[in-house]
Amino acid sequence: MIFRSGHKKIFSFQGYNIARDKILKMKLSNMKKLAALLIILSGLIVSPAQAVLTIEITKGVDVGIPIAIVPFSWDGAPVAGESMTNIIEADLTRSGRFDSIPQADFLQQPHNAKQVRFKDWRLIKADYLVVGSIRQAGAGTYTVKFQLLDVFKGNTLTGYQYNIQSTKLRNVAHRISDIIYEKLTGEKGAFNTKIAYVTVEKTKKGKRYLLQVADSDGFNPQTILNSHQPLMSAAWSPDAKKLAYVSFEKKRSMIYIQRLSDGKRENVASFKGINSAPAFSPDGTKLAFVSSKEGNTEIYVLDLRTRAIKRLTNHHGIDTEPSWLPNGRGLVFTSGRSGQPQIYQINADGSGIQRLTYSGKYNARPSVSADGSLMVMISRGNGRYHVAVMNLRTKEITKLTDTQLDESPSFAPNGRMVLYATEQANKGVLAAVSSDGRVRQSLRFLQGDVREPAWSPYLR
Amino acid sequence: MNNTSKLILIALLAGMVAVSGCNKKTRKAEGSDMGDGVSTSGTGTEFGPDGKPLGDWQSGASADLLSQTRIYFAYDSSELDVDSMAVAEAHAAFLLNNPSTRVVLEGHADERGTREYNLALGERRAQSVADVFIALGVSAMNIDNVSYGEENPVAEGHDDSSWHLNRRVEIRYDR
Repeated sequence: MIFRSGHKKIFSFQGYNIARDKILKMKLSNMKKLAALLIILSGLIVSPAQAVLTIEITKGVDVGIPIAIVPFSWDGAPVAGESMTNIIEADLTRSGRFDSIPQADFLQQPHNAKQVRFKDWRLIKADYLVVGSIRQAGAGTYTVKFQLLDVFKGNTLTGYQYNIQSTKLRNVAHRISDIIYEKLTGEKGAFNTKIAYVTVEKTKKGKRYLLQVADSDGFNPQTILNSHQPLMSAAWSPDAKKLAYVSFEKKRSMIYIQRLSDGKRENVASFKGINSAPAFSPDGTKLAFVSSKEGNTEIYVLDLRTRAIKRLTNHHGIDTEPSWLPNGRGLVFTSGRSGQPQIYQINADGSGIQRLTYSGKYNARPSVSADGSLMVMISRGNGRYHVAVMNLRTKEITKLTDTQLDESPSFAPNGRMVLYATEQANKGVLAAVSSDGRVRQSLRFLQGDVREPAWSPYLR
Repeated sequence: MNNTSKLILIALLAGMVAVSGCNKKTRKAEGSDMGDGVSTSGTGTEFGPDGKPLGDWQSGASADLLSQTRIYFAYDSSELDVDSMAVAEAHAAFLLNNPSTRVVLEGHADERGTREYNLALGERRAQSVADVFIALGVSAMNIDNVSYGEENPVAEGHDDSSWHLNRRVEIRYDR
């Protein structure tokens, strides 16, 4: 391995991480001590440790686009956190579309296009190359530059410069991943997005439920609600600025809409019976939800401007889990009207009900991709509840997972990945699978059970 | 009055209550007078046309039924079976004799399947029990339904026996 001057700084930067990982491992080997320590420290920790989760690729692909990501040069005071190149590499690998070449194979360590010797990269069979630099511009501010190069053609495909706060380094890494992904696959990337989910921990006072929002790779978790009663059904507004969810804090299910910026929230459905399954319309003006206020469990639409409520379904069977079609003209939902849960489509005015699923005895929790071509759902087969995807044009259904208790699937805004909840060793975990089923990964949190994930729309 | 004598009284009164099982789709009023002030009505699909005779209830058996505060259900079902119906009837009798008592019917589901569907299923189970109570004369004003879906299991296992225990309606009295 060749290390050039300037790299020491990168490695001191990474050394910080190694030290932190060691601490983490030590803590893990002493869970009881950790628990005691956490009780003592809980009042002192300002932001939760970033390494609350591990991502494990449980199913990979053989062929991806071979790409080499050279560690960015670092010129400035070290900042806590992972190196940007590690984040970019992890993003691209997780997508299943890329094959990252190990750094040990690199014959040079360039940081800008001018320094690149293309033959060195052709030799190690890299099709594309990412180089960049990070330089401290002021107190807590940094300038990040990166370039994406085509090794075969020997030219630069794109390059960007960002002037940012140190707290935004992770976000910029995800934005760089998005740019690389889009340039090389022709599809928009969804790395610089958020996920919402619920964690459940057992405490001496009973269970503690946290509704959290984190980066798409699970880092930077922030708690937006803390309750001793169950939380479920988080749903993003199309501008990614609000979350609707169901809380049992008043000892029964009620729907709230909470603004993420300041935590302000509003109770929008607290009718008699259940209030559940909120879903924002694609234009953000309406909220579909489920209520049993008139006896049967039906789907309603709340106009968020006029507050008018309109009933959409009318059947003595269970109607629930509404999800809007991307054009806003209709919804898909789960209905028990045939005697078992199946998926139906309905126009936004309540007309034109049509059954979509006929195979199997349990198809539920539908969600349609942003381009309207795919619908993801939970299907039962051989006593297992797994994630399946239906091609809405051909009606063909493909099983994406073979785990037993999968729940709450949602598409990434580009439709290429599906985030869902499942169980591993009696613990709720989040997992993601590519929409073609080729790549699968699990996101394992160190804190309790994790459930009810929802992938955000693109951040604007 | 101590608890035991109260229960015996309730049990005796329970035997005098007109009983009907009820299912939303198959609500039928095929009553048959069995004498001694007791009349039953059948539920069609669940009990057959002859209904379930109640005249030979033992007071002890009824107290035992009243001590059961959980009603269990089959997978993806909100229908009460014969045993569940007997428990529901005993509680309905108690409520009829204690008209100021309010009851909360808390519906639950096992973990399989989706959370929102299970929340609706829990609601439906609570409503099935409420329908029995109301059909037996309990004031709907005194019944509150709550569904927790799969959120509050009593058994944490991932097997048939745990799932059976979790598919339930809990009958809770406001005191």
